[in-house]
Amino acid sequence: MFKTSDGEDIFVIDAHIHLWDARPENQRNVHGAQFINCFHDYQKGLSPEEYHWPAEKFQYYGADTLYEDVFVNGYADMAICQPTYLKEFYKEGFNTTEQNAFLRDKYPNQVLLNGAFDPRDGEPGLDALTALVETYKVIGVKLYTAEWHGDSKGYKLSDPWARRYLEHAQGLGIKNIHVHKGPTILPLNRDAFDVADIDDAATDFPELNFIVDHVGLPRLDDFCWIATQETNVYGGLAVAAAFVHSRPRYFAEMMAELLFWVGEDKLLFASDYGIWQPKWLIEKFMAFEMPEDLKAETGTDLTLDVKRKILGLNAAKLYGIDIEAQKSKISAS
Amino acid sequence: MNAPAQQSSDPLEADVWARLATVSDPELDESVAAMGFVDTVQIDTNGEVQIGFRLPTYWCAPNFAFLMAHDMREAVESLSWVSTAIISLRDHCNAKEINHGVNAGLSFGDTFPGQTAAELDKLRATFRRKAFKRRQELLLRHLKGADMTPQQLCAMHMRELAALSLENDEALHLRARYQEIRGEFGGPAGESDLAFTTDSGKMLTPDSFNDYLQELRRVRVNAEFNANLCRGILQTRYDEKAEK
Repeated sequence: MFKTSDGEDIFVIDAHIHLWDARPENQRNVHGAQFINCFHDYQKGLSPEEYHWPAEKFQYYGADTLYEDVFVNGYADMAICQPTYLKEFYKEGFNTTEQNAFLRDKYPNQVLLNGAFDPRDGEPGLDALTALVETYKVIGVKLYTAEWHGDSKGYKLSDPWARRYLEHAQGLGIKNIHVHKGPTILPLNRDAFDVADIDDAATDFPELNFIVDHVGLPRLDDFCWIATQETNVYGGLAVAAAFVHSRPRYFAEMMAELLFWVGEDKLLFASDYGIWQPKWLIEKFMAFEMPEDLKAETGTDLTLDVKRKILGLNAAKLYGIDIEAQKSKISAS
Repeated sequence: MNAPAQQSSDPLEADVWARLATVSDPELDESVAAMGFVDTVQIDTNGEVQIGFRLPTYWCAPNFAFLMAHDMREAVESLSWVSTAIISLRDHCNAKEINHGVNAGLSFGDTFPGQTAAELDKLRATFRRKAFKRRQELLLRHLKGADMTPQQLCAMHMRELAALSLENDEALHLRARYQEIRGEFGGPAGESDLAFTTDSGKMLTPDSFNDYLQELRRVRVNAEFNANLCRGILQTRYDEKAEK
């Protein structure tokens, strides 16, 4: 819970956190080492200095540190664990549903658990998804379209198998599809970050919500356009939110764009913890005011009402959370 | 800091840097030299030039990395005294393939056999079009800020744009960047053609001028975000290593 200077409580749902294991003994190859180094560079590149971690801690911080950083110091009332398997890079996976279930079982009122699927797993993967949903009762999945898988270097949501999986997921009661775009999708001549396949999927599956990680960055412009066309496309603010510290003017311009094109009801706060910590992100976000010139030009503003939606109300809607009921449950536990 | 000595006192080295300054990261529309991607220029007595570069992450898209490497080689080899330019990308998941392909003069398709369905012309054109929009928006905003009206801007011809007396370096730079790309998009770009049209050559109207600017802004904000992110991550990635 974040308390404003006027004493008002803001209910916070962090829509994207990780509990990963990237220790050298879990790394399968050089790609595993490079993957975690890249994440670490993101932390150091965009966080205030006092929030930089040493490499060892960044590789593995454990459930207790996470609880402290996200729920005790980080203002979050609830947070969504988004798995990223990366079994080609990490022996036991980087951050799997199974690993995250431990956290959810320990803090069932505060941790929302999401699953994942990979359309390249074919028929057996469909059964595995059924089992996953039955075991963990997830209503959301996180998809990483640039994940390596055998000879494949990624997939698109418009691929026939991806559509079969989306259909199957919908049948199992999945509502929310979080999509993360990454590099190196074959064929290599295409733009690997292209978000057009999300447009196709959102049109064909109007009952599903598509929450696009990092608001489509590095294709924010195309993402904004798609989100205006599709009522079921949302933007997750991980990465983008971190600019509030290092580049506040760009943060303002980006928020003005997002509010103008995507709208205040379709943006979700997300820290991407352990990359960034919700504590400073939320403090700076709450203190941030839209510059007058951008307000005048775009007609958008980051009022307290808008901040409240972005920090928690929008995610609560997507995950069917009754905030008052949840508050009592959390304080009772 | 990792920024190399781009203001070299050696005239040959300065020649090479000047050529590198003309090569853009197609995604960012910024030069590979200004972004700090290139960190080594070495000239051998026989006119062979070694260019070393690295990118903000191990995962940066291989197609853009290939285009930059290819364009650097071409730009440096256009210098009359250069016999060969050898490009060396490092710390990248496809460094080996890209270095081999570019230095052997292979096409992208031959560099990545079986992994690509076509060459990179379409990708390059997509991002060049975005660059047009971004450069146009920056110039239009600047001129609007200097008290030109939408009416004046919508009716301005290329000749008038060239003749505008601009008071500062930034304005001159924005105009030059726009003039350089205008011939590729927006229809005929002769002296008596309109200076500002949409990328497909449609006329702008004063009524829809502000909406049009707002649409263009999307493209620029995205590109600037990526450029900021890339600079930040590049610096973090290589400062750390230098300290060790």
